[in-house]
Amino acid sequence: MTRISLYLISILTLFFTACQKETQVEKANREKILLVGNGGDPKSLDLHLVTGVIESKVIGSLFEGLVGDHPQSDTEMPSAAAVSWEHNADYTEWVFQLRQGAKWSDGELVTAHDFVFAYNRMLHPELAAPYVEMLYFIKNAEAYNKGEIIDFAKVGVKAEGDYTLRIQLKEPVPYLPGVTRHYTWFPVPKHIVLQHGEISDRFTEWTDVGNIVGNGAFVLQSWKMNDHVAVKKNPHYWDVEHVKLNGVRFFPTENTYTETRAFLAGQLHMTYQLPPDLVPKMEKEYPQFLRKDPYVGSRFVRVNVTRPALNDPRVRMALSLSLDRKSLCDTVLQGFAPADTLSPDLGAYQPESVVAYDLEKARALLAEAGYPNGKGFPRYSILIGSGGTRSTSEAIQAMWKKNLNILFDIHAMDYGSYISAQQKLDFDVTLAGWIGDYLDPTTFLLMWTEGNGNNNTGWHSDDFEKLLDDAAHSADPAERLKLFVQAEKLLMEEQPIIPFAWQAKTYLLQPQVKNWQPLLLDNHPWSAVELNSEKGAP
Amino acid sequence: MIGKLINRLLQGIVVLFVLYTLTFFLIRALPYGPFQTEKAIPAHVIEKLKTQLGLDQPLHVQYIRPLKNILLEGNLGVSTRLEGRPVNEIMAQAFPVSIHLGIMSMILAILIGLPAGVISAYKKNSMVDYLLMATAMIGLCLPSFVIGPILAEYLGRSKQMFPVMGWDVRQVSTWGLPVFTLSLGYAAYLARLTRSGVLDVLSQDFVRTARAKGVSTVKILVKHCLRGGLIPSAAYIGPAFAGIISGSLVIEAVFQVPGLGRHFIKAIETNDANVIFGIVLLYGALVTLGNIASDFLIAWLNPRSRAQS
Amino acid sequence: MSLVIQKGTSLRADAMQRLKKNHAAVLGMYLLLLIVLAAVILPFTPLLADPNAQDLLVKNTQPNQQYWFGTDHLGRDIFSRVFYGGRISIAVAVLTTLVAVSIGVIYGAVAGYASNKVDALMMRCVDILYGMPFLVVVILLGKVLENMTAAWAADLVDLFTADTDSDDKINAVRTAIEPLVTMVPLFLAIGALSWLTISRIVRAQVQSIKKLEYIEAARSLGLSHFTILFRHILPNCIGPIIVYTTLTIPGVMLFEAVLSFLGLGLKPPNSSWGVLIKEGADMMLTNPWLLFFPSLFFSLTLLSLNFLGDGLRDALDPKSSKD
Repeated sequence: MTRISLYLISILTLFFTACQKETQVEKANREKILLVGNGGDPKSLDLHLVTGVIESKVIGSLFEGLVGDHPQSDTEMPSAAAVSWEHNADYTEWVFQLRQGAKWSDGELVTAHDFVFAYNRMLHPELAAPYVEMLYFIKNAEAYNKGEIIDFAKVGVKAEGDYTLRIQLKEPVPYLPGVTRHYTWFPVPKHIVLQHGEISDRFTEWTDVGNIVGNGAFVLQSWKMNDHVAVKKNPHYWDVEHVKLNGVRFFPTENTYTETRAFLAGQLHMTYQLPPDLVPKMEKEYPQFLRKDPYVGSRFVRVNVTRPALNDPRVRMALSLSLDRKSLCDTVLQGFAPADTLSPDLGAYQPESVVAYDLEKARALLAEAGYPNGKGFPRYSILIGSGGTRSTSEAIQAMWKKNLNILFDIHAMDYGSYISAQQKLDFDVTLAGWIGDYLDPTTFLLMWTEGNGNNNTGWHSDDFEKLLDDAAHSADPAERLKLFVQAEKLLMEEQPIIPFAWQAKTYLLQPQVKNWQPLLLDNHPWSAVELNSEKGAP
Repeated sequence: MIGKLINRLLQGIVVLFVLYTLTFFLIRALPYGPFQTEKAIPAHVIEKLKTQLGLDQPLHVQYIRPLKNILLEGNLGVSTRLEGRPVNEIMAQAFPVSIHLGIMSMILAILIGLPAGVISAYKKNSMVDYLLMATAMIGLCLPSFVIGPILAEYLGRSKQMFPVMGWDVRQVSTWGLPVFTLSLGYAAYLARLTRSGVLDVLSQDFVRTARAKGVSTVKILVKHCLRGGLIPSAAYIGPAFAGIISGSLVIEAVFQVPGLGRHFIKAIETNDANVIFGIVLLYGALVTLGNIASDFLIAWLNPRSRAQS
Repeated sequence: MSLVIQKGTSLRADAMQRLKKNHAAVLGMYLLLLIVLAAVILPFTPLLADPNAQDLLVKNTQPNQQYWFGTDHLGRDIFSRVFYGGRISIAVAVLTTLVAVSIGVIYGAVAGYASNKVDALMMRCVDILYGMPFLVVVILLGKVLENMTAAWAADLVDLFTADTDSDDKINAVRTAIEPLVTMVPLFLAIGALSWLTISRIVRAQVQSIKKLEYIEAARSLGLSHFTILFRHILPNCIGPIIVYTTLTIPGVMLFEAVLSFLGLGLKPPNSSWGVLIKEGADMMLTNPWLLFFPSLFFSLTLLSLNFLGDGLRDALDPKSSKD
């Protein structure tokens, strides 16, 4: 008997020695390290090779652009690498005065040459940067990238001395400062990149731990893949006295339920997202952690307008008008706002509302198009990826069945095939979304032109493209916005995409995290975040 | 003995070769390529990428080149998903984690299962026996992906005794839950195997003789039965090793353990060919080695074959 | 003195007697029968609600009078989902095992009966396959065939429902066909790699029976190899074949559940127990019954199969080494 109890006791002892003594949040509060759920592991920290939001969060801690992010406002343009900027009369040329004495994290000075080098590298045809189109505003950038021009000197970026950067654009861009806040416009350390390879070498080690050098508030400390990325305060940062955190750790939380569990277990200060079905519970039991911030993203049904029946704008409008967007937002899209057009309000840009919930009109249009009460309508399916859109698709499917008597199947594919099918126009309708890169309507409207890689509907309109073109050439900001409003209205009247919701970021945030306000672009500068040491774990 | 070993190793090489070929064709048959991202990549950029990765070469070149790189330079190429990170580096970071998880689970499984089996056999048909075997049965039938989330929820979130994600070799609490969950199924199986193995030996004549001579039970158990009784368990080690690899895929997903399993699943979802090759071949090598080790372990334990060699 | 005459018993009757004495096995058998019958028959009756019907008004209800197992976040009836899921899990496991057993029996029988050289070659192939990391190959194969089988399933469903317009009938056909067809690559892959153990066992059996005298007699009578193998030898191997079939099914069921849990096997609406458990594990915080009921039935089925298999093995060959 004693042997058996001995055996049991040893097992229990093993168990208790393995337990943890304090939660990780408690420890991190003491050490002033922010624990961030980041939704996934970055693919790379080379800002020229990535396209995702996940990467942008980490890169944003290591590098800084001409213009910075303001912790309280989306529209304020605080100085960062540049201290001042001015434009010419028609917004086709901007000159940025750089901060003198700003250093890279290895002590070298940040100069205009680093910016020119960065844009050269990003646009270099051999590098094959996936997000290169963000730089196409620059004069001759596209031509250089496609190999039509060989000499980079012809591209519209010039360093005038060490601290002046002159940028010439191919058309008026009044909102350029906002654009430079995106990581594709950040500088890279020319001396470091060239140490590890040629300007156009794709796979070099310049971003490895120990090699990478940035001009941001933090430096890379370690990167354990699939575990976490750790950054610590950069002593060479020009504003280091105002940086309150000692470091940040980014955790690749792909499973949102595990992430929520981790947050409630005291392992994270903030989560990347929150599963919609957990929102009611959070509202009831943990309202102090719940955040629902409006976000610059739109969710829509993408329609393949080359398919029979779907090629009729009346059918598409009927499908659109039969969606009860408010109900969707109350149930499966907790926190999102019902959309009445594609773009959410973007600062000064206020598009007209076009779509609503109007069953009578929907049914009339459907009948007019030749499918009264859904009779004779082809059997189509809604394509979704492997993410969390299933409930939304099922809800939409139920609405179309109930309201129009049209049954769509739901077809789920893994992510890769889902993207591929859309690009090949091998689908009927699909649930999709778009997150804007900056606060200007171009980020939501430019992609609906013919041949654009993000269009994937088979729709295009010469009138629409003319309006976009006119707006692009307009030097009057107010007039420009008006033209975009018209363009969007035209797009919405055709409904090649059926918008149903504007995204909100629902996530959990520990109350000890200070200086964190809702921002439409969700670009919270890490340098401004503060941690209070009160014990606040759940 | 040595001859047999060499024979098995050569066979292992054939296995790896077949595996490589099979994987090569399966990867090419995947319905999506390695360049799918949310924001579409411009067509001319994709063309450039394909050339750089050698994806526009004829079939036999694409087949031979990675093989040459692996055999001659030990270079597994670069990952397309992780934008050029060398596969060797990825695996060097993730492999120790998976092995640590696997070995710790195995050890824990042995520590829990073996004594349980021996005690059960010794106290055959008693309450203890039934309890232990019933627990074992339940442990077998409650899969790790049921137990894992439950433990994570109650011990992790609710009682905050263990973290629910992450892995730090220096902090035992981070690997407590994953290792424990993974070990349960194997502990249960080992318990049952050991019990029947020991029972088999206990029922033999030489044991009765020893008992008649007055040798203490413990001594009988340890000195005489253990070797024979462990044979079925030893036979299980090989397949168990292979099983731990597949079991760890689930554990890694549930507890966010940064091991090979996570990389594998992501590589498959993004058609990251070099990573897939690296992991598949590594797993193949592990399974083969596990089987060989298992066979030799049995041979060593088996008193009859020992008499021969 | 009275003479007690003992009735002679056959091997089979002996086995049945031993089996009946094993209470666990008997319990397992009845439990299994109950679950399987319920899972197979109930979906065909109108007793069960549509497992995919959403009713957002009753979402997240705890188990109560109306919804015995509660509802999920979309208002679907868990009771019906568990049984429909069971039907899928069991069908997949049984079909896969049939594939595995068929291949294994034939391969093992041929290897055991054939000459040493052929046998050595065949077993060498088995050894090579044993070295394959099973799971990873199956996952890769599954991904490759995923879209193709989805298309086949869609075509088949269209074929069967060309004459009807009724949504319900179409739905019924779809829920029956889709999981099976989309699982075809997994059947083949899992089955093709599960047959190894069975082939080894059958081979060992065939080899030992081959030496018996009555086989020699049959040869001298001029019976063909084929007849001897399939009509005389194999029927005597039924014992171990049945045992290992019963023990393979839970392994396959577990395997399918693991794949579905990882998101690589079946996907909604073909919700097998594995898929349901995955959904339940995620929602454990709010709706623990989503995890409890599918896990319960899944585990009970595995348990029963294991008990039954053990019992059969004990009954049919009490001296066989337990591995």
